[in-house]
Amino acid sequence: MSGFQSNNGVIRWIEHRMPIFSFLDHSVGSEYPSPKNLSYLWNFGSLAGITLVIMIATGILLAMQYTAHVDHAFESVERIMRDVNYGWLIRYIHMNGASFFFIVVYIHIFRGLYYGSYKAPRELLWMLGVVILLLMMATAFMGYVLPWGQMSFWGAKVITNLFSAIPFFGETIVVWLWGGFTVDNPTLNRFFALHYLLPFVIVGVVILHIWALHRFGSNNPVGIDTKGPQDKIPFHPYYTVKDAFGLGVFLVFFAAVVFYIPNYMGHADNYIPANPLSTPAHIVPEWYFLPFYAILRAITFDIGIPFTGVVIIEAKLGGVIAMFGAIAVLFILPWLDRSPVRSGRFRPIFRIFFVLLFIDAIVLGYAGSQPAEGLWLAIAQVSTAYYFAYFLIILPLLSVFETPKPLPTSISEPVLRGGGGTLAGAPAKPMEKA
Amino acid sequence: MAETATTAQAGSGETRRDFLYLAAGAMGAVGAASAVWPLIASMNPSAEVLALASTEVDLAPVAEGQRITVTWRGNPVFIDHRTPAQIEQANAVALDELPDPEADEARVVKPEWLVMIGVCTHLGCVPLGQKTGQSRGEYGGWFCPCHGSHYDTSGRIRKGPAPTNLPVPPYEFTADTTIVIG
Ligand code: HEM
Ligand code: FES
Repeated sequence: MSGFQSNNGVIRWIEHRMPIFSFLDHSVGSEYPSPKNLSYLWNFGSLAGITLVIMIATGILLAMQYTAHVDHAFESVERIMRDVNYGWLIRYIHMNGASFFFIVVYIHIFRGLYYGSYKAPRELLWMLGVVILLLMMATAFMGYVLPWGQMSFWGAKVITNLFSAIPFFGETIVVWLWGGFTVDNPTLNRFFALHYLLPFVIVGVVILHIWALHRFGSNNPVGIDTKGPQDKIPFHPYYTVKDAFGLGVFLVFFAAVVFYIPNYMGHADNYIPANPLSTPAHIVPEWYFLPFYAILRAITFDIGIPFTGVVIIEAKLGGVIAMFGAIAVLFILPWLDRSPVRSGRFRPIFRIFFVLLFIDAIVLGYAGSQPAEGLWLAIAQVSTAYYFAYFLIILPLLSVFETPKPLPTSISEPVLRGGGGTLAGAPAKPMEKA
Repeated sequence: MAETATTAQAGSGETRRDFLYLAAGAMGAVGAASAVWPLIASMNPSAEVLALASTEVDLAPVAEGQRITVTWRGNPVFIDHRTPAQIEQANAVALDELPDPEADEARVVKPEWLVMIGVCTHLGCVPLGQKTGQSRGEYGGWFCPCHGSHYDTSGRIRKGPAPTNLPVPPYEFTADTTIVIG
């Protein structure tokens, strides 16, 4: 508050009655000090936020043209593509925007996994992030149902049917979700209502996420706490300009896909109107769900008491538990990895397993796109086992047995060779006001 | 005020106050739950969806060996005019070989007419086998391509991830070759 000044009378008038300008300045401005060593991997948080805004803006425009009825939904989307002014552009931005949203968020998550951003004191920040991921998945899943093509319908049918695996109440729950006896008009309507709502819920959780972030500030590639003002630079202009540059690069890739290969990440089957009586030969979810889909299908065996034939968890339920479990482990991750060292840079053994996890996620994604039989099924099973082992076995053990490399005494040390002591005075000067 | 609080602490007032808290809280919870119930129940199938719940089918044009698909409550219903060989095949299986043991007679009203909901009990795909040329799976019945479930000539699950047999909808013969489903 003290730092905020303005020559503009209107701004001062508003600021006096509602200190919103100093609030912004403290949130993303010159009064928000950030570690000075953030790499480009720290761009993806703000990119995710911008992508969310793009999705909401294009989504609201689509909603003005879209009809949520089984007899009209498919045609209303075709009308958007052919007749509505720039409808094709808005839809292609929204459609590919979902993919880019997930690309950005997955990079953001792996960044956190490598640099230990989930560790104290940022556990809650991390968990709010996992909530955002879950909400994004629900939103994207329901959005994909709206154009009412073959993949929309059958994806919705297979995924809602997962809930029938719940013991005793499964059938009742599924009928309640559908509002009928199969995926039908009531289902499409409620999915549209929720698809409109959830992005705004995401906005709410994002605000909490940023609130939690600002309590302790960003983690950084070295993973040690900042020791004082000399380790920090003001967010504005240093990181606003860096984020803006990153946004420019991002938009180049985004535009290339939207304008040149807009259907590359989609499925041709979704340009066939939904037919409840005929299932397509291959039901494949959107690419961003494939690793989870592979985990779902990897559980092909009942789980029970060995040699007695007593089944405790049927394969179908087991698959569903594993799929949701893959996200649930992320929630408890801060308590699984007890190593006090955050950054993977100083954890030689962790680093190897982390790289394997990254490869594992890609292999799972590929396996999820293949029919679940033969070699690909076996590969999916091994990869699923590794995924869970990483979180539930490897990280807890490494916390005890790994010897980390010595940590630098400050975040400046690795940059300014020789300890930074001699140079510390110079870069510290402009920051002294902070 | 202060006096009341002290006496309450000294005497039995403390437990009386606890009881009031508890009772008020419990009533509040019951009230909230009963207010939420209609909101949740509104998402269940509505009256007009339930009203569509019966379909009449004329079986006369269906030749022996032929399979037709009709729609009931938005779902495909498979009707199979089975041949004697198919019926025999269904009866020849020992029940303990089946993942979901059920005798063929228990699944039909008249053995030559097999009527089932054509929705795979795994995750809801429509199995193949209704049209000529489609795969009927390893047991001559139906085959679900989504995750590879095989059903026999009685629509019982034999192999693959589906946990149960294809369900038989409620139906009755209103004439020799007419059924009403639902
Ligand atoms: C978290 C942000 C969002 C995500 C991840 C998302 C995702 C999606 C996806 C994957 C589709 C299917 C695109 C296709 O294949 O055609 C879709 C369609 C749609 N979305 Fe969104 N969406 C988001 C926000 C919104 C918002 C805020 C609205 C506003 C009401 C909206 C309205 C629509 C409409 C009307 C459609 C159907 C038209 C179409 O299929 O192109 N979306 N969404
Ligand atoms: S839905 Fe039929 S096997 Fe999975």
